[in-house]
Amino acid sequence: MAETLRLKIPIKEEEGRALRAGQFVLLSGLLVTGRDKVHKYLFNERPDKSQIPFPLEGGVLYHCGPIVQDLPEGRKVVAAGPTTSSRMEMYEPFIIEYYGIRGVMGKGGMTGEALMEAMRRSGSVYFHTIGGAGALLAKKIKRVAGVWMIEEFGRAEAMWAFEVEDFPAVVTVDSHGENMHLKIEELSREKLVSLL
Amino acid sequence: MLKLEDGLRVLLKKVATSLPSDVEEALKIAYEREPDTGASKDVLGYILENVRAAKTAETPLCQDTGTPIFYVKAPKELGFKTIEESVTRAVRAATASIPLRPNAVDPVTEKNTGDNTGIGIPEIYFEQSEEGALQIDLVLKGAGSENSGTFYRLPDETLGAERDFNGVRKCVLDAVHKAQGKGCPPYTVGVGIAGTRLMAAKLSRLALMRKLPDEARVEPIKELERTLLKEINELGIGPMGLGGSCTALGVKVEYAHRHTGSYFVDISFACWAHRRGRLLW
Repeated sequence: MAETLRLKIPIKEEEGRALRAGQFVLLSGLLVTGRDKVHKYLFNERPDKSQIPFPLEGGVLYHCGPIVQDLPEGRKVVAAGPTTSSRMEMYEPFIIEYYGIRGVMGKGGMTGEALMEAMRRSGSVYFHTIGGAGALLAKKIKRVAGVWMIEEFGRAEAMWAFEVEDFPAVVTVDSHGENMHLKIEELSREKLVSLL
Repeated sequence: MLKLEDGLRVLLKKVATSLPSDVEEALKIAYEREPDTGASKDVLGYILENVRAAKTAETPLCQDTGTPIFYVKAPKELGFKTIEESVTRAVRAATASIPLRPNAVDPVTEKNTGDNTGIGIPEIYFEQSEEGALQIDLVLKGAGSENSGTFYRLPDETLGAERDFNGVRKCVLDAVHKAQGKGCPPYTVGVGIAGTRLMAAKLSRLALMRKLPDEARVEPIKELERTLLKEINELGIGPMGLGGSCTALGVKVEYAHRHTGSYFVDISFACWAHRRGRLLW
């Protein structure tokens, strides 16, 4: 595990392929959120990228339903920790490849074959950030750049675009078949069997 | 004169923005115990830093401020309707002011109501008590922890679990293994043993309202709680499921008598940010 790597979004394919599970990163640039409703919509409706107001190519899709406050001086993010990624997994392989996503960020990981294959093909990775650290992670968001589908999906599930600086995460699934969540699941299963 | 609604708003803010002292204490002890190498100490450190930041700024710890769930013990003079009205108004006001994330979606229209109210939200459980004071317990239950919950019927052949506490033990271990890190460990694990699904689920959730140092008075239950905590932590799932020896902070078991033909084991999880609090009015 090397020292922390500073990564700028959009992330090029070579940069994505160079990332290995266990790598700590600090992400800067435009982070785009998408959770349950966004994933179901993108998978089923397949809107062209011209219909989506934010660039997704080489981007990081953040599984997050933030608390955003409307203040006179503008929108402020109060809390923005990750949601559980496994709920989005059935949609993710398609979305990664169709929209050219380079990183999927959330918590709890993703472990399916289709997902690993999509990451292998596109040079993309899974970034795990700290669940529940809503207050601290909100501080890494410098500006709310915009929001899409707020009327249709509500504030908690809209696609928000955040300008972030040094947003912390660790790569737990890479494009080379390394998956820390699968490893821990297997190790803990061995232990479980011995306890049953 | 302060209205009950104002007291409830203060309770909602306190619960959303800070941890109960027993949970914070348990996390601090876990942090001290973790080895300096490996992710687990860093994860716990970040969690504790977040707790400090949220407390100082008086903003929510986690963006998932959960489903507000109230357990009310009311004196004879106060009826359910009065309480329900105050609770609902407080939740609406708190959603706007703290703010809380709006978490009530109508499954017919798939529209978010915007104010954390709807059919069955907030959840309010009401009982009349002999005491003079009004006691209201609040838990903000996020989806990560809630989605990790599950139930088993004993006997369970795949687990080799029979109708005894050893069988219950096996179910709980299996449930924690299945959850991995998805519900944000270190968990508080609640277990309900009963003869109907509803009763077992009601009990496993109530179990989460017990303070961490609180030990069961019935000896075999106390033993089960202790054994489970030790064994869950041997699974090695760790904080955030990234590995380590602190997967659970505590295990609490509640039980009811059961139908001869039924043996339900329900398991509820609380995430590391176990947000609960009490208002005495």
